[in-house]
Amino acid sequence: MSAGGHKLETANRSLMERLFEPPAIGKMSPAARIVAYGLLLFWTAFVLFPIYWVVITAFKSAQIVNEGPYYIPFVDFTPTLDGWRAQFATDANCDLYAIGRQLVLFVYNSVAFILSPVVAIAPMEPQICKVFLAYTNSFVISIGSTVMCMTVGCMAAYALARIQYKPKFGNIVMFVALALLAILATTYAGLHWAVSAAVALALFFFLARAIGRHFTVQLGNNDILFWIISQRILPPIVVIIPVYMMFQAVGMVDTHLALIIVYAVANLPIVVWLMHDFFASLPIELEESAQLDGATRFGIFWDIVLPLTRPGLAAITLLTLILNWNEYIFAVFLSTAKAQTMPIMIAAKNAGERGILWWEMCAIIVVMIIPVIIMAIFLQRFIAKGVLLGAVKG
Amino acid sequence: MATPSHTSGQPGPLPAGASPAETWSEWSDRHARTFFIAPAVTLILIFAIFPTFYSIVFALSRVKFSPTGLQFRTVWFQNFQKQFAGNEQVHFLGRLENVSAFGWVVTIATAAAAGWWLYRSLRNGASWIGMIGRLISAAAALAITFLLGATLLSGNNWGTLMTTLFYVTVGCAIQFVIGTALAFLCSQPISGRSFFRVVFFIPLMITPLGVGYAFKMILDITKGPFQPFWNFIGLRDWAWSTDAWAARWFVVLGDSWQWIPFIFIIMLAALENVPRDHVEAAQVDGASSFQIFREVTWPQVVPVAATVILIRMIEAFKIVDLPNIMTSGGPGIATESMTLHSVFLWRANDMGNSAAVAYLLLILTVVVCSSFFNYVVLGQLRKAK
Repeated sequence: MSAGGHKLETANRSLMERLFEPPAIGKMSPAARIVAYGLLLFWTAFVLFPIYWVVITAFKSAQIVNEGPYYIPFVDFTPTLDGWRAQFATDANCDLYAIGRQLVLFVYNSVAFILSPVVAIAPMEPQICKVFLAYTNSFVISIGSTVMCMTVGCMAAYALARIQYKPKFGNIVMFVALALLAILATTYAGLHWAVSAAVALALFFFLARAIGRHFTVQLGNNDILFWIISQRILPPIVVIIPVYMMFQAVGMVDTHLALIIVYAVANLPIVVWLMHDFFASLPIELEESAQLDGATRFGIFWDIVLPLTRPGLAAITLLTLILNWNEYIFAVFLSTAKAQTMPIMIAAKNAGERGILWWEMCAIIVVMIIPVIIMAIFLQRFIAKGVLLGAVKG
Repeated sequence: MATPSHTSGQPGPLPAGASPAETWSEWSDRHARTFFIAPAVTLILIFAIFPTFYSIVFALSRVKFSPTGLQFRTVWFQNFQKQFAGNEQVHFLGRLENVSAFGWVVTIATAAAAGWWLYRSLRNGASWIGMIGRLISAAAALAITFLLGATLLSGNNWGTLMTTLFYVTVGCAIQFVIGTALAFLCSQPISGRSFFRVVFFIPLMITPLGVGYAFKMILDITKGPFQPFWNFIGLRDWAWSTDAWAARWFVVLGDSWQWIPFIFIIMLAALENVPRDHVEAAQVDGASSFQIFREVTWPQVVPVAATVILIRMIEAFKIVDLPNIMTSGGPGIATESMTLHSVFLWRANDMGNSAAVAYLLLILTVVVCSSFFNYVVLGQLRKAK
């Protein structure tokens, strides 16, 4: 309690006053301080306890878990590696070193898989392969879709912040009507989907050329922005069955690309919304002078605008990466075996005939949340600076 | 929205077809305005708008699997009618028998309040579009109150619609209050703030499945860490997963653990953006921290607060992982959210009803969120300006 800086006053104050009145402006009274620390520490415990419990359960044996609660490793139970061995090694008696080696190989291979033309994949124990596949899939899919989402989203956000678009309302109505007709033709008249899509698209461009200029009502950039952001309201479950049918029609169910595309679209509204705010807040003079010097739009975007928004870019990339890493509902529908991601793998552990094998499950959860916690700590730095606040302010 | 791709005669850096031997970079620069926006618009059209329309076909049909593919038999609104009045009613809306007097009183009171509100806004000269919006909001509020009166207040079980609304309203309220309180504490001059900030942020990043399993483990009566506590209060043989309300509250507990950090970080940034001199002036005048919060800080962060609740609500309507893992929707259907309801129907190969429930979720989300946006968020934003 730092009440010492005010010796003049403290001599005259009673104990109660010293407890409940702040010692100086901008400081807290000792009593308030105790209450504040009490609440904060309580919440810290509440936040950390589930994570702690998952971590120690990963080091419990089946017997210890089933006997009842044991709280502190080495004190009231002896940690074992049963859960880890079952997931990451074939040798039932291997030690921490062997498992650690497998885990290092496992992470190394996941990265190597992405760079696979350049780096060779190291041989691993066969047991690990199922987890390895899911882990690598998660890596590939979340990184791929983050790259795609950031590229597409930043370009759209920049365009909406700097270029005036004036789509005509009549054209949009026409497009929607033609899309509906195409759907009806495919479903009820038995037309091949590609044929009806091509016909509808051609018809749309033809009609837009022919009668488009008679439409007078125009929409602006804000309407487009609102339209893109509002896609976030759409519950995934509404679109997932048709999306599944679409991918089935082109034979892309259970491929990485399908999940990459779907995740990218799901997160596009967030990226466009948050990045739009960064681009709009940049001074336009820089871009104008670059344009006078003959730089192209892409050149300006790549060389001037993107470097200026680096903190925002980093924060939103991390956010998208984490959202993709944790995505569940799309993966349930769109991946069956080959493209299975970590969340699906974990969810599948629920339905075993021996009940839930908590110790094995916790080992997998720990492996899954380690990269996320590292990312979260990096992301936290940007968020602490209020990097993401601008857009929320409305 | 694909119109930008063919708006001819646009003002570009070069007039169209200026040089006969145009290089690729000149050509791409001339069409830059299209290239910048086209990928995003195309992706959303194909993977969000098109499927949304296509699901109408599913929702209006009975779908059968056949060797040649899916066979649709149009049944028009039968799937929807089933949810509201047919044999799916108990699952979707809840049991609506023997509505108690209290339930009727609450419903009629809401009807009166909604009618008075509509009358007042009509008197104040609202536009006809505004009136239609208000009519929809009022009808939704009335319907939800009737459901509340007919299920909860009459001692009947409720269905997935009310469960979803329970998660959204109760969850958002709890998360907002605790998240803002923590943000307020962390914005005070105390040491170790950056530590608390990192720690409080972590749950948001953990996969919802992991959260579900962690809470399922922790809340286990016989093997979980609180077993001595359950023993002490005499609930040794109790199983919360068979008690509808306990199960719902525990799902909300897990959901709150995960989402309080979201409110926390945004509100913390907002609180720290409040100009220091306003706060210091109030401190010089001898105001207590609570007074300062109520009179100085709060009015400045209300717009952010309204927006953050809106975002949280939008995400809360999609809740599926937690009830799926913690309770599998049980006991019975007590913790089943609408997304989970739809997933279960899909697993039972009942695609028509699955799409109908999903569509009703979309309508519910849009009505609730846009009502909240129009009457709360916009109002606060306008007041702030």
